[in-house]
Amino acid sequence: MLAVLIRQLRRILLTVLLGGLLGATLVRLGPGFGTDERELDNRLNAQSQQAIRAEHASENNVAVFYVRYLAGLVHGDLGFSRSLNRPVTELLKERLPLTLVSLAYGVAGGIAIGLGLALVTVSWRAAGSNFIPAFLSGLCLAIPAAVIALVFLWMGAGGRWAIALVVFPHVYRYAKNLLVSAYQSPHVLAAQAKGLSGLRVLFAHVVLPAVPQLAALGGISVTLAFGASIPIEVVSDSPGIGQLAWRAALERDLPLLINITILIALMTMIVNSLADLALAARRPVE
Amino acid sequence: MTRTQKFAIAVLAIVTLASLAAGWIAPSYSEQFREFISARPSAKFPLGTDELGRDRFARLLYGTRVSLLLAPAAALLSTLIAALLGGTAGYLGGRWERLVTSGIDLFLSLPWLFLLMAVRALMPLNTSPVTSVILTFLLLGCLGWASPARMVRAGTRTLANSDYLLQARASGIAPARLFWRHLLPNLKPILAAQFWISVPVFILSEANLSLLGLGVAEPLPSWGAMLRDLENYTAVLQNPWMLAPAILLIAVVSCLQLLLRTEEPLPC
Amino acid sequence: MLRFVLGALLIFVPLAQGANELRFTLRSDPKTFNPLMVEEESSETIRYLTGGVLIRLNRYTQELEGELASKWKVLENGRRIDFELRPNVRFSDGTPFSCEDVAFTMERLMDPALHTPAGDSFRSAPGAVEAKCASPTSASVRFPAPVAALALQFDQVAIMSAHSPKKEAAVLGPFMLGEYKPGAFLVLERNPNYWKKDSNGRKLPYLDSIRLEIQSNRELELLRFRRGELDMVNKLDPEMFDRLSSEMSHTVVDAGPSLDSELIFFNQVSSAPLPAYKLTWFRSAAFRRAVSDAIHRDDLVRIVYKGHARAAAGPVSPANKFWLNAALKPTAYSAQSALDELQHDGFRRSGDALLDREGHRVEFSMITNAGNKVHERMLTLIQQDLGKIGIQLNVLTLDFPSLIERITRTYNYESVLMALTNVGIDPNDQMNIWLSSAQTHQWNPSQKTPDTAWEAAIDKLMQAQAASQTPAQRKTAFDKVQQIVADQAPMIFLVNPNALSAVSPNLKNVTPALLRPQIYWNAERLYLGSGYVSQK
Repeated sequence: MLAVLIRQLRRILLTVLLGGLLGATLVRLGPGFGTDERELDNRLNAQSQQAIRAEHASENNVAVFYVRYLAGLVHGDLGFSRSLNRPVTELLKERLPLTLVSLAYGVAGGIAIGLGLALVTVSWRAAGSNFIPAFLSGLCLAIPAAVIALVFLWMGAGGRWAIALVVFPHVYRYAKNLLVSAYQSPHVLAAQAKGLSGLRVLFAHVVLPAVPQLAALGGISVTLAFGASIPIEVVSDSPGIGQLAWRAALERDLPLLINITILIALMTMIVNSLADLALAARRPVE
Repeated sequence: MTRTQKFAIAVLAIVTLASLAAGWIAPSYSEQFREFISARPSAKFPLGTDELGRDRFARLLYGTRVSLLLAPAAALLSTLIAALLGGTAGYLGGRWERLVTSGIDLFLSLPWLFLLMAVRALMPLNTSPVTSVILTFLLLGCLGWASPARMVRAGTRTLANSDYLLQARASGIAPARLFWRHLLPNLKPILAAQFWISVPVFILSEANLSLLGLGVAEPLPSWGAMLRDLENYTAVLQNPWMLAPAILLIAVVSCLQLLLRTEEPLPC
Repeated sequence: MLRFVLGALLIFVPLAQGANELRFTLRSDPKTFNPLMVEEESSETIRYLTGGVLIRLNRYTQELEGELASKWKVLENGRRIDFELRPNVRFSDGTPFSCEDVAFTMERLMDPALHTPAGDSFRSAPGAVEAKCASPTSASVRFPAPVAALALQFDQVAIMSAHSPKKEAAVLGPFMLGEYKPGAFLVLERNPNYWKKDSNGRKLPYLDSIRLEIQSNRELELLRFRRGELDMVNKLDPEMFDRLSSEMSHTVVDAGPSLDSELIFFNQVSSAPLPAYKLTWFRSAAFRRAVSDAIHRDDLVRIVYKGHARAAAGPVSPANKFWLNAALKPTAYSAQSALDELQHDGFRRSGDALLDREGHRVEFSMITNAGNKVHERMLTLIQQDLGKIGIQLNVLTLDFPSLIERITRTYNYESVLMALTNVGIDPNDQMNIWLSSAQTHQWNPSQKTPDTAWEAAIDKLMQAQAASQTPAQRKTAFDKVQQIVADQAPMIFLVNPNALSAVSPNLKNVTPALLRPQIYWNAERLYLGSGYVSQK
């Protein structure tokens, strides 16, 4: 068990470090890197314009920049955000809790709604019981996340509930298929034949054994939720990591983007690793 | 084929035919009727006009061509890649699975936006809107496989231990044949579900990319661009026909879902 | 009797705590609170509200007024300025204000390592700036060379304390920084030591505080204004203006044309990675004038700006009454005139297409910044207008950094639609646009020697007006610059958008100006509700 854990941690560390470097490379190769909107300011003279261009020179060599960044990381220095003129550590400290709370609401809400609807559909088993959840899934998939967030804001609720609506269609689809497959297992048929109540069969013999597979949803839900949090935080002006990521992308703020890439990689890998461990620990029900 | 599936096919056929016949039904999606700005629906303009006096109905029809053709193509591409990588990872396990899983997680974290921008920057200045949008959707298809691959991998791992597969393996069937003939076909519901989910995701991604100049260039319309207009919620409340692209997208997505058998049938 | 007393008290009763707080938004967090390092709008807002300046440009009358300097004199042909400072003025923390603070500020501002618009306005030539104090209330600042519109430049210089331990937190303006929650809001509190009083001798400002919410989403800003959570929206786009106008007509303000312009220019850089035949088109004044003729400016005003704009005649807005060359009129739309001009230049129609002398189809791209609905709509209208004379225009929207890279570094573009934001009214603010050697001479920057005779002529005229101290002489020179620009059309000016804002009826003493900041330019005299200010 310890060996497995160490191997997982090592894999996470290597992947995250590689992710940081690749992310930085993508940003560096993207158009507009190193530019500054002050270059269009006609009040600045030629020397100032040159000085502005020189400010970005230290970021031109990605490899050197990344090594320097890692050296700083060891000392707890995550770099300095040019676009916001503040240390990245401060920015992340301020904004991460808000995003984590939003993600928690979003993921929990999405899984609750998706799983709940899947349970209702599967246990009801009427011919048209699929229609409403399927329609709702289609609706939430078809409407942009930003629009859903605006509707919530207009109603006076927080934009974080929009994340739940973005996540739930994926959860519903997967959970329903899983539960339906589980219903067709021999042990479930045997339990039904023995006269166990519908609810008991559902929770003790269908849902419970499927929990490890449902855990796979966790990883995807977190990734989906984070992806949705960007337009939602931008639209609702919520000062979280999503808004920061968007701002950093627009301004090509390399220190900020590297840190956000590493953060996302870390989050994704931790959640997915936990899901994988759960899946690996699953034993077939006799 | 059930009645609902026949209905779904009929709806999709009507939508597809209407978009292909757009040239006869509504001649121009780009002509600006400057005396009819933001006009209400009428005989001349069934869905009214937009803020530049362009026929919304015509733009919806032409936009359907772009979105209905390209988004499913991109979704198909990403699902195929996901099937290959996720399927082999779940089936083979071991080092390959660990490599693919790490690759998926890495892929999901990277800011691929910059790759899209870089590709757009490399294109000539006068690239036609059609070429540009095809390239965008192609890239989306190549980049959108990671999330589906995770789901496919999880599904494959479950199936890999199922009785029929164990029996097939025991009877001496080669691993490659096992994978292609016995495993992949049983992944259909998962793959179909991922394909179905990816279609609207790609349509909306194109809309979000237009904020960075990576979407469909004017005057070519797309559902994504029209859906962005929904952010102007007071305009939508005053002009509810602006919801037409959203309604059409929901209808198409629902019909696809019915057709693709994205779910296991409910047990009796 | 009791009723009379109560009634009298009510006139002067302080409003409930927090009720005299002005609320509006900033688009983003300010990057700096150091007034000398201000480069973007949010920091500029903070500087305006907290900074004390020696001379202020009254945004309403467009005249200079003494603030911390009761008098000033420009000497040595614009090389030196002497100030007589107001006595008994203190910073917000009680530190006395004197000439030493002026000297300290100028020394910091002119630091060669500092690169800001405020500092660069004074850098007419290399060399040190001398700031002398004849007495605590007499300051004299001398520059290495004459500075154009010298007195006006001090409107952007907030005086910092040389002695206060609070450094830039010690201010001389009507408000000072209070609470700040990054990403959320910022509160500016009344400066208890603000020197200004109203005509009744009452201390200013009237407001207790200003709360600035950090909000970039305009839809949300409008929603909050409708709900009464904000007291003003400083910049409205035309669509939102009309929407709000239909619901709350008593709140919207259209102050008329702003100083800004929307314009097009073509790439004339000889080293640009473009086909030679296209460069030939773009370098032809006849071609540029033809494109200008073919664009329906009135439709841009009517359709994109919903009537809240005016067709532009040149680089100076009608809002800039003194400097506008009134002889210039906006180019009237005429497809025929455009075709005639092109024909004289060797172009010809072939079916629906326009061909050049060599038979190339006239087709080019125009870039603008993505996500800007106004620009995207303008481009689509222009695309159709040019289509009518056979020009195929390809629209390309780019995110801002990509746009900047193409315009300033790679020159990989053909034409651009962009906005020209004018902060000030003086032609010297546009020096770096018109001087051919400047980096922001957008269509062909950083020329070693002027490429064309007309650019050489503009160089001479701009330098002449900068060197002159006589307004009439300066105006004659700058009028000629505007005429050359109209004739040669290196930049095709399309519209001057109106200054649109929304103000709650609770906000009193509002006098919308054309110059920024349009609504709160007299923040120290604004107040909320019907009561008078509480005196803390």
